[in-house]
Amino acid sequence: MKYDIAIIGAGVSGASIARKLSQYNLKTILIEKEADVSFGTSKANSGIVHAGFHTSWKYLKSRLEIQGNLMFDGLQRELGFPFRRCGIIVAAFSEEELKHVQELYRQGVENGVIGIEICSRERILDIEPKLNPDVIGGLHAPNGGIIEPYRFVFSLVESALKNGVELFLNFKVEKAVRSRGTWMISSDDGQIVEADYVINAAGLYADSISAIFNAELFKIIPRKGEEYLLDRMSPAYPNKVIFPVPSGKSKGTLIIPTVEGTMMVGPTAEEVEDKEDTSTSTEQLNRIFDFSRRIIPSISERDIITSFAGLRPALESGDFYIDVSQKAENFIQVAGIQSPGLTAAPAIGDYVKDLLKKLDCSLIEKKNWDPFIDKVPRMRNLSHYESEKIVKENPQYGNIICRCEKVSEAEIVEAVKRGHSTLDGVKFFTRTGMGRCQGGFCTYKTIKIIMRETGLSYNQVTKRGRNSKVLMRKLGGDS
Amino acid sequence: MKEYIFDCVVIGGGAAGMAAALEVEKSGFDTAIVEREEHLGGILLQCIHNGFGLHEFKEELTGPEYAERFAERVQASSVKVFLESTVMELSESGEAAGMHELHCYSSVYGVFLLKARSVILSMGCRERNRGNIGIPGSRPSGIMTAGLAQRLVNIDGYIPGEQIVIIGSGDIGLIMARRMTWAGCKVHAVIEIQPYPSGITRNIVQCLEDFDIPLYLSHVVSEIRGKDRIESIRVTPLKNGIQDEENSFEIKCDTLLLSVGLVPENELSRKAGIELSPQINGPLVDSFLMTNKKGIFACGNVLHVHDLVDYVSRESRSAGSNVVKYLNSTLTGVQNKVKAGANVRYVVPQKFNFQGDNQFYMRSMIVKNGAKVEVRAGNIIIKTVNHNHVQPSEMISISIKKEELEKISGIPDQQLEISII
Repeated sequence: MKYDIAIIGAGVSGASIARKLSQYNLKTILIEKEADVSFGTSKANSGIVHAGFHTSWKYLKSRLEIQGNLMFDGLQRELGFPFRRCGIIVAAFSEEELKHVQELYRQGVENGVIGIEICSRERILDIEPKLNPDVIGGLHAPNGGIIEPYRFVFSLVESALKNGVELFLNFKVEKAVRSRGTWMISSDDGQIVEADYVINAAGLYADSISAIFNAELFKIIPRKGEEYLLDRMSPAYPNKVIFPVPSGKSKGTLIIPTVEGTMMVGPTAEEVEDKEDTSTSTEQLNRIFDFSRRIIPSISERDIITSFAGLRPALESGDFYIDVSQKAENFIQVAGIQSPGLTAAPAIGDYVKDLLKKLDCSLIEKKNWDPFIDKVPRMRNLSHYESEKIVKENPQYGNIICRCEKVSEAEIVEAVKRGHSTLDGVKFFTRTGMGRCQGGFCTYKTIKIIMRETGLSYNQVTKRGRNSKVLMRKLGGDS
Repeated sequence: MKEYIFDCVVIGGGAAGMAAALEVEKSGFDTAIVEREEHLGGILLQCIHNGFGLHEFKEELTGPEYAERFAERVQASSVKVFLESTVMELSESGEAAGMHELHCYSSVYGVFLLKARSVILSMGCRERNRGNIGIPGSRPSGIMTAGLAQRLVNIDGYIPGEQIVIIGSGDIGLIMARRMTWAGCKVHAVIEIQPYPSGITRNIVQCLEDFDIPLYLSHVVSEIRGKDRIESIRVTPLKNGIQDEENSFEIKCDTLLLSVGLVPENELSRKAGIELSPQINGPLVDSFLMTNKKGIFACGNVLHVHDLVDYVSRESRSAGSNVVKYLNSTLTGVQNKVKAGANVRYVVPQKFNFQGDNQFYMRSMIVKNGAKVEVRAGNIIIKTVNHNHVQPSEMISISIKKEELEKISGIPDQQLEISII
């Protein structure tokens, strides 16, 4: 198949770019090596829309962060993903930390962060009463927020697909040849995609993709972040995202109220070699909890539901690298998209669109571009009367599959219809299995619905694609 | 919205719910059971092994058989059963004092409202999972709770894996060790963090020893390895409570089953404002098994996790008969406190009364041969019962007759304290 544009990587960057380009008369393909979109770095992060005070505007990542932040309200209206501007605070516990907070404040003012304020002890305890009373002051940025990162990516991709973008899953790029003015891209299992322009949004693997296309040589350094998810009943659930005063490379371990009502502590920051090393460790668990308890004393290991780790695809420079390749023809690099990549993503879409102009790509707006996608009703958000109405229309909404997160059969069916046919894909779309029982009661029901809706047999249902099978054989043989 | 009015609504149609509902219905009260699954019976339906009913029926039954006996009685009774229906909210009626409202969702009945003067909580319990015990390592496929595996094998007929390791020596884990072996899988080990098994002795013998499955006491799984599917685990012995890394070893496996404890399922209760015990996670109840909300009772594993279903049935009948008295306005009596004393982790119920016999259930914190359970009120010993052996995994029950409390009945504000010595 011949396309105008091929985007490699369906994480938040690739998805944002795909949706942006869906506004134009272009034939675009989004290529992903995993079984679903958002299955890499974009699924395992803190889910924060950053405020824009952490880095100087001299960095590209900071400029895109500030621009991206402003775009979320409009996107939410169009796409309906869970997002809330709950605000961000930085809590200071010593005079020295307070000095650092003042620097962050000055940087925020310079960057144009809307509403940023320095807080006295009384003020900060007023807006966040869960804080350790030893706090002596801090920073408040009301424009920061929280988001479900995978739902954001899912909705971007859904919108792009609705507007004509195509998606190839399980397509691992192995080879690329430039011939007669187009790129011939082959997968490890022999599929071929042809495209005039290629955008490298391959996250952790952006360095290998760049090498495959004979473009710039650079190295992505995976920086691991472990996070712990706490029960929605935790007494520590805060009003705001709470940052410590940063020290060193990372912004430090945060305390995050998730937009769906659970809470999270993390991430750590540890450089690793292996790009698939998403293991968690007891040392980091202890470190995170010891650290977090100094900020909110009611945080407890007893409330842990689950843990996970994500890998930030960092470059040596610490900045994003988004530019037209100087070496490979019609090739755009979108690399080093670590934090605040999620916040910056909508702006990255616009930025890459403008880079295509530099390459003389013809960008003509579609007349019938539709920014909206159909919203799936979520039983946990409906009143009893709204539920009654919808169950009357479709009884599957009355069949509650996931008791912890109140997910109905109909929502799971919608997830599968939208192409999320692995257990993790269904989980990220619906939240089934994400609550306190972690799938103990709903997994077998979800498997059956996936089998029924897709026609997959029991041994084809996976946790997240490839060899992550859930059921090995049938009792008494397959007959 | 469709509305139905009952004298009593029972949430959950497992062993506890069925026994309680039958007891209430027997006295002529309009009773309903709301059950989320397609059948009555709850978790018993996946427990196809035997060992149920020795107290209740004086014979050995399988789980489904035990459930069937009660389900048949329910079907023969006037108890209205709403199957495939989930209670989404339990609240007090805004219109009539003493009435409770239950909003239920169902693909069969739609969204409907039940109103009742009394409610019995019998939602059972859930399994603790990997996150609750913080096992480090990667997050591949092939890790699940033993109960989920039991469901998949015994009801759906699927084998989740071939090379099995089980964490935790809880009863479900032990039963599953045997079950997976019978299904042709290799069970390599059962790993237990405590120096003693968490399951009952009968299961250790019949499920592990009979099949030569090694049980590693005082060992932990210190790492899970594998990318797509679990490939191996690292097991580390504990020496004085500290991981002895030097002596850790690896076991290859493709499946890891977790049997690391059960927790009463009380999200609904908590949202309804019912006070819970921080130790047990079940509702705090008085001697009539009534919660702090008037007219709401609790029984079975939602109250505290039992070892034997026979005890669940007995406790639930008692809850049911108290509901009858409540509905007849004859449930009266001063409630005095019961305290867990030395070596006792908890006592249920947390109150007693002088009007009738009192039945207490408790768990020991220690392993001991030749132990005594002692009930005292201040300096007065009410009762002492000898036990050949006590351990945390075996629930202890003790009943105190009305007459036995007579010697302290004159003293106001008298407290009982139950200890194991």
